[in-house]
Amino acid sequence: MNVALTPPRQRKPARKPAGEPTSDAPVAPASGRPRRGLGFRLRQNWPLTLFLVPGTLVLLTFHYVPLGGNVIAFKDYLPFLGIGGSEWVGWDNFRILFNGDPAFLNALKNTLVITLVQTIFVFPAPIALALLLNSLVSERLKRVVQTIVYLPHFLSWVIVVAIFQQFLGGSGMLNNWLRSNGNDALSIIGNPDAFISLITSQVMWKDTGWATILFLAVLSTIPNELYEAASMDGASRTRQIWHITLPGMRGIIILLLILKIGDSLTVGFEQILLQQAAVGLHTSEVLDTYVYNNGVIGGNWGVSAAVGLAKGVVSVLLVLLANRIAHIFGEDGVYRREH
Amino acid sequence: MSTDTRTLVARRRPRTSRIINGQPLPHPVARVVKGVLLVLVCALVVVPFLGIFATSVAPAEQLARENGFVLWPESFQLEAYRSILTGGVVSRALVISAGVTVVGTALSLFATTLMAYALARPATVGRAPVLTLLLLSMLFAPGMIPTYLIVKQIGLLDSLWALILPSMLSAFNVIVVRSFFQNIPAELIDSAKIDGASEWQIFRMISLPLSKAVLAVIGLFYAVQYWNAFFNALLYLNDSSLWPLQMVLRTYVVNGTNLSPADLGPAEILPPQPALQMAILVISFLPIVCVYPFLQKHFTKGVLTGAVKG
Repeated sequence: MNVALTPPRQRKPARKPAGEPTSDAPVAPASGRPRRGLGFRLRQNWPLTLFLVPGTLVLLTFHYVPLGGNVIAFKDYLPFLGIGGSEWVGWDNFRILFNGDPAFLNALKNTLVITLVQTIFVFPAPIALALLLNSLVSERLKRVVQTIVYLPHFLSWVIVVAIFQQFLGGSGMLNNWLRSNGNDALSIIGNPDAFISLITSQVMWKDTGWATILFLAVLSTIPNELYEAASMDGASRTRQIWHITLPGMRGIIILLLILKIGDSLTVGFEQILLQQAAVGLHTSEVLDTYVYNNGVIGGNWGVSAAVGLAKGVVSVLLVLLANRIAHIFGEDGVYRREH
Repeated sequence: MSTDTRTLVARRRPRTSRIINGQPLPHPVARVVKGVLLVLVCALVVVPFLGIFATSVAPAEQLARENGFVLWPESFQLEAYRSILTGGVVSRALVISAGVTVVGTALSLFATTLMAYALARPATVGRAPVLTLLLLSMLFAPGMIPTYLIVKQIGLLDSLWALILPSMLSAFNVIVVRSFFQNIPAELIDSAKIDGASEWQIFRMISLPLSKAVLAVIGLFYAVQYWNAFFNALLYLNDSSLWPLQMVLRTYVVNGTNLSPADLGPAEILPPQPALQMAILVISFLPIVCVYPFLQKHFTKGVLTGAVKG
């Protein structure tokens, strides 16, 4: 429980100031300025510091304590013994990673394939749509289209999956129409071969519109003088896209690619979980569903936590690596380069 | 953002009649192609909603004739809505989802704005370490299994609080609101202090009212998160009498379990299953579709501030 809470052991004026504002008076003369400063600042500003408490409590309880709870990746967790009482087993749980358990390798392979396909098809779609919207002369038309295409982002995956079933399922609209015209029905939902295309098109339907918001915001910061000057020089609209608009989007595209790389081990968890039963684990198991199916459903807590932990660590490393590469190319990346 | 658009508009003096926003007007053929593309994109979004709504109100004979899915109803039948809203699993789930959304959004906004306010004021003790904790939390995710075990250990399994507390605070949202609070002129706050206002009063009467736009967006994001909560419910709620709408939606629409008269309110005739299913679907997206257009104009602010500062 207390893993994340250990540091403030010696003295913790930072978080519980409200009770006794005078209690730190004896501490003050002990040594030097910073300490007296802290006590003084605390007395002066305890209401402000109190404002931090609810948020910090939630952050510690539901983020940092579970983060420390990752120790069970090194334990043989048994529910009745609890996290503290379970036995340490060292790196045993990670053996599934090192020894190449087929189910794990399959999940890893599916994850990477889906990430690759989605980077190729999903990533450029909002850029294209943003260019299209940006080229509209009428602001009102642009606003209307934006309102429509943002909407699917706010729907839950359950709703999106249900909508796709209604349209593409065995008795969905598409197949009804095909049958009534004397054609054979297409097997899309529940067909393992079509699974990756299906989930990719679902992601595109849900988030392409919403993802344009960042690109459009960046596009609106490109100075109009650039376009004016180019027009004076006789550049066509297409040339202006190539020489002004796209270079203007370079920074944001690189930033989003970095974030995408950091996320490459995470693919639509809820989305896939909802549709897993229909196509089977072989095509649809990804790392997150592996953790869920193995841990929460299967009770292999330690092993699942180990997979989750390894995934988290690799993801952080990927972000840092991608960021480093961005810096080499002279871009800002996620955080600024320190001078 | 808004200043940008204003200067944009101001610059739109017609140098040559054919130049708009510094660019020549597009070629007529290009305009037609673009028009077709836009209509197509919009249709892809709008048609599913229309079809689902049409199916939910279509009469039984038409549904039987057209194999359970229609794009245009021959007449309006509200039987399906009546039977799911007058009692039974869907009504209960609707009440639960609405309650979780209202309570959750209120708590989230409370914790988020308070924290953002304290983090925006230089005098706060512990500001730097808490900010670091917040930023690091965006990089390191705790993972599903440990989170589940902690929630279980706290005793939140089979409690609706499990849908609220673990997802109550979004670090990203705190950063967004904080950067808004930071833009409030310090003189304003200082003069309020000199007039004897407490921090709580400054927060309530200066900072919050000046940030209404971003609060609306953040509030919408939180509300959508609670309304759409599916996996947390699957993970933490074994008791199906506590299920929120998304779980009911999964059972009866995605998995296709038939609704029996026992799952519904009192009705003389059982409406056809497709109409019932689509009515549940409509109920689950209707609140979002109704609320979101009013907040859309603020989206860029909320999303972009975070992206730039974070």
